[in-house]
Amino acid sequence: MRRKTQSALGTVAMLVVAAACAPNATQSALEPAGPYAQKSYDLFVPVFWVAAVIFVVVEGALVLFAFRYRHRSGREGIPPQVHGNTRLEIAWTILPAVILAGVAVPTVAGIFELARDPGPGALDVRVLGHQWWWEFDYPEQVGLNERIVTANELHIPTGRPVYLTLCAVGAGYGGAPTPSECQPGPPEGGPSATLGAAVIHSFWPPELAGTQDVIPGRVNHMILEADEPGTYEGQCKEFCGLSHTYMRFTVVAHTPEDFERWVADQQAPAAPPDGAAADGLQVFLEAGRAGCTECHAIAGLRDPSGEMIRGSNNAPDLTHFASRECFAGCIFENNDENLRRWLDDPPAMKPGSLMPDYDLTPEQIEQLIAFLNTLE
Amino acid sequence: MTSVSVPAERPRGLLSRPTATTGFWSWFTTVDHKKIGILYGITAFMFFTIGGSEALLIRLQLARPDQDILSASVYNELFTMHGITMVFLVVMPLSAAFFNYLIPLMIGARDVAFPRLNAYSYWAFLFGGLFIYSSWFLGGAPNGGWFGYAPNSAIDPSLGMTFYSLGLLITGIASTVSAVNLAVTVINMRAPGMTLFRMPVFIWMGLVVQLLLAFSLPIITIGLTELFFDRRFGTHFFDPAAGGDPVLWQHLFWLFGHPEVYILVLPAMGIVSEILPVFARKPLFGYQFVVFSGIAIGFIGFGVWAHHMFAVGLGPVANTAFGISTMIIAVPTGVKIFNWLGTLWRGDIRFTTPMLFSVGFIAMFVIGGLSGVTHAVVPSDYQQTDTYYIVAHFHYVLFGGAIFGLFGGIYYWWPKVFGRMLGEGLGKLNFWIMLIGFNLTFGPMHILGLQGMPRRIQSYPESLGLSFWNLVSSVGAFLIAVGVLVFLVNAVASFRKPKEMEADPWDARTLEWLTTSPPPEYNFDEVPVVHSLDELWHRKYSQTQGGRVVPVPTGGSGEALGSDPHGGGHGGGHGIHLPGPSYFPLISALGLPIAAYGLIFNWWLVGAGIVLVLAGFYGWILEPSAE
Amino acid sequence: MASDAMEVHTYESEHLATSTGLPNIKLAMWLFLASDCMLFGALISTYVLYRGASVVGPYPNDVFDIPYTSVSSFVLLASSLTMVLALAALQRGDVGRSRVWLLATALLGMTFVGGQVYEFTTFAHEELTLTTNLFSTSFYVLTGFHGTHVAIGILMLLTLLTFSFAGRLGPEKAETVEMVGLYWHFVDIVWIVIFTVVYLIPTGNPA
Repeated sequence: MRRKTQSALGTVAMLVVAAACAPNATQSALEPAGPYAQKSYDLFVPVFWVAAVIFVVVEGALVLFAFRYRHRSGREGIPPQVHGNTRLEIAWTILPAVILAGVAVPTVAGIFELARDPGPGALDVRVLGHQWWWEFDYPEQVGLNERIVTANELHIPTGRPVYLTLCAVGAGYGGAPTPSECQPGPPEGGPSATLGAAVIHSFWPPELAGTQDVIPGRVNHMILEADEPGTYEGQCKEFCGLSHTYMRFTVVAHTPEDFERWVADQQAPAAPPDGAAADGLQVFLEAGRAGCTECHAIAGLRDPSGEMIRGSNNAPDLTHFASRECFAGCIFENNDENLRRWLDDPPAMKPGSLMPDYDLTPEQIEQLIAFLNTLE
Repeated sequence: MTSVSVPAERPRGLLSRPTATTGFWSWFTTVDHKKIGILYGITAFMFFTIGGSEALLIRLQLARPDQDILSASVYNELFTMHGITMVFLVVMPLSAAFFNYLIPLMIGARDVAFPRLNAYSYWAFLFGGLFIYSSWFLGGAPNGGWFGYAPNSAIDPSLGMTFYSLGLLITGIASTVSAVNLAVTVINMRAPGMTLFRMPVFIWMGLVVQLLLAFSLPIITIGLTELFFDRRFGTHFFDPAAGGDPVLWQHLFWLFGHPEVYILVLPAMGIVSEILPVFARKPLFGYQFVVFSGIAIGFIGFGVWAHHMFAVGLGPVANTAFGISTMIIAVPTGVKIFNWLGTLWRGDIRFTTPMLFSVGFIAMFVIGGLSGVTHAVVPSDYQQTDTYYIVAHFHYVLFGGAIFGLFGGIYYWWPKVFGRMLGEGLGKLNFWIMLIGFNLTFGPMHILGLQGMPRRIQSYPESLGLSFWNLVSSVGAFLIAVGVLVFLVNAVASFRKPKEMEADPWDARTLEWLTTSPPPEYNFDEVPVVHSLDELWHRKYSQTQGGRVVPVPTGGSGEALGSDPHGGGHGGGHGIHLPGPSYFPLISALGLPIAAYGLIFNWWLVGAGIVLVLAGFYGWILEPSAE
Repeated sequence: MASDAMEVHTYESEHLATSTGLPNIKLAMWLFLASDCMLFGALISTYVLYRGASVVGPYPNDVFDIPYTSVSSFVLLASSLTMVLALAALQRGDVGRSRVWLLATALLGMTFVGGQVYEFTTFAHEELTLTTNLFSTSFYVLTGFHGTHVAIGILMLLTLLTFSFAGRLGPEKAETVEMVGLYWHFVDIVWIVIFTVVYLIPTGNPA
């Protein structure tokens, strides 16, 4: 019996110890970095300890009884056939109920608190879940150009609640776009996303907030807020197909001043490229059947005839691609080597990737990379 | 063993009625609940090894970060099939094995209410399971998760989720039919004197489970039908572009899915409630409370389903309601633990292998139950849901709980079923290896989930800091496999022993130990008359004036115990009428997968399947139940 | 030896006293019907959830012919009456009459199903097929499930009739007829609910 005790207690000890001393758990719900994640954490910890106490008492009694009442040789006869004790049984029915009632009160309070509208001071961001990447639209940050549309990185200011509107976009059964409050489409019109199926995702940045699901045909909301500047990791939590594993994102929190600077940078249109980058623009416009703009949008660019390039939001907006740290569902660091491998054969890099292999020559790839690198 | 003998073979149409009740082929035509129970058990165990192998592959892939041993496509099939297998093809049929074998024996009946229907249920289950597994060779295995959330499950281009919907419809028919059969058996076929509150707790749990099945299965039947229609015929039940609501699938699934988890664990709770008193040598503490809490769990279990959907955005009011109902159901679930502890208190405990598994059940279920309570703290669940923290919870209650309880039952009733004991030495080894391996596998998952590991991911980057505990977990999984292997060795070795088991080797309390080991086909020479709960115990022991428990003197009327180990006994002169074997349950069940293949590939096959179903049913109703 | 005493006989449980006094078959049928309630409950819930949610037409008001469906509903209702009469006839020993009423029930049931086939064909001509929209999806699957239940009931009735003409459905088999009757009445009651919820309760079409 001792070994069983050890294995049971050991499990608990491991939990506590590891939870406290995991230096490189970078996506941990046990490291809240903002008030909303803190709320979840502050409810979890006391309940955990209550559970731990109950665990010790109950398992302790189990082990104690197993030990104390084990059959010992020489002890004959049959123990008294006790059938029960009604008063005791009522008591141990009521006691857990009382404990649970105690847990229920702050739980219900927490549910309503997390659901409360954060008020007009919050930053509005729309989160669109595609197969298999995250789009972030800032409907209020309209300036010289249309609203900000970006992907993979959610930039926020610290100390201010961010009110997220969550939508799943993509095609329905017959290929028709799924209507969504977060659409209409990409910058300056263009078709609504139909690349990839509209399926359920779940937006989870554990250090800043618990999840809410992202469901086609529905609009969900969640609020997050970061106390300090930094980069906070997250990923999709609801199984959504082949690349569910590879649908990551980061939340980049800036001081309010730095955030305004970021907004201004994002609102600027893409600068016209020159040199090798201009060749890259050509590749961009001509790759595949209709160029990369069949799926990708770059705001403010004109093609050689002077026409504004209309993209769609079938794929991540690339207007400020070079300013981002990661790409392809935030699974690759944004550097030339990774870009080279990606552009060479996207499906080989990400299971089920909806970006096909365009059979680009190495020269074309270098030109494209040069062009992409100008998109600050 | 005596066999049912018939004066002459009677040809009936193309087939002559089978008559043999022994021999290899008799297993295909048997309607004997005991043989059917054994069939369920063997089949479930085979699926257990397959589902376990799927788990080992998953743990191999996740042992180190950034691995590519399994492609994303194969990985998705593996975790989907692991879930489907363990829930529908292992724990449910393993529980069915015990229910089928033991319910008639424990209530003093000779068979279930509808023996041929019982056989039909087994064959439909087997064919359903084989149908689902045939998908590996016919266009891809199901890959949308065992929970099959739409629209992902509806749009996936491989045939896998179509096999999923049809296969689970077939096994659902098997379970629904069996539920009606066993519920009627318990309600209507108890031995004289066995009132409801003289029934063993295992029977009570069995009754609750059958009623849960009967009322929850139809809901997922509709969900699966709607999914199948969307995939095969282009309907729009879950099509977001046509106005369909993916959350409808979730409601239909979990309205079944939550009662389902009680279907999975209540049988093991019933088993543990039988084993503990025997090896503590005193009755279950608080029989009535345990029975009522089982009934309460059955009812409340229909009112908590959306706790699987806290992050869906149903709104704070709905989340509050389901959070509270979930906390409420923790009460009857937890109360049983105290009753079991009370059973041990002041007992005279012998730690045989069944007892070890039962105590292990309690220990592990407490952990799983407590983590379940933390899920009910809804704002915390927003972090926990869809992570490995949840995976830890349900494996603690379904493996540490249900499977451990079922293993206890296997060791406990093995001598009754097979006439030999499983070895105690190997049994203890089996238990300890499984216990340690299990905790190593699933304990760390609590940490992994809270530290950011979502479910259903094929790999994780090194940078997330999840590597160490994943490795520990994978090592534990292989240790579990070793434990299962030890069990298999034990099982095979037991058949080398001579088949000479007494009726009541454990000095037990319930009626199945009244008859021989194994029982004759007709179960009891005479149907026992019941005077109390734990009837067998009270036939063996009585209490003196001073409250001491002493054996009843043997001799006198041999009918006090009522069993004659040499199978003679008093037929009572009126003859024992048993249902005869039959082909038709198998034939009729065979039509189901054929029709299902037809729905996927070729309409002619649907016709063939329907013809087979009808031919089987008509043959069935035309033949008398016994000849 | 007990084996010597085995006799050719029907299964014991068919004649032994039961713990509740109800025959096994009756308890089983009630339980099965309760289970079937959940089935239709889920289907009807799906229909109700999707009421008014179709993105394209045709919509219910465009295709429903309430007077027509009322007539066929009445036909099904009448078949329950004939079913009761069939059972009563058999119970008092009038096998001939029981055959008449069983046949009437089957015919009325077939009329109902035929009426539904005609109705759906009309809908199809009005461009409402299975996959047209959410309304068609939930409508056809719900009524299709119900129609299948009716068809199985008709099959059972015809089987009973065959047994009757073969001289094997005497008053001692009244219990079997009663079970079929229970099933038939259940199917009828479900139709009343479907007719009310689907056809009669006005649905606001999306603009």
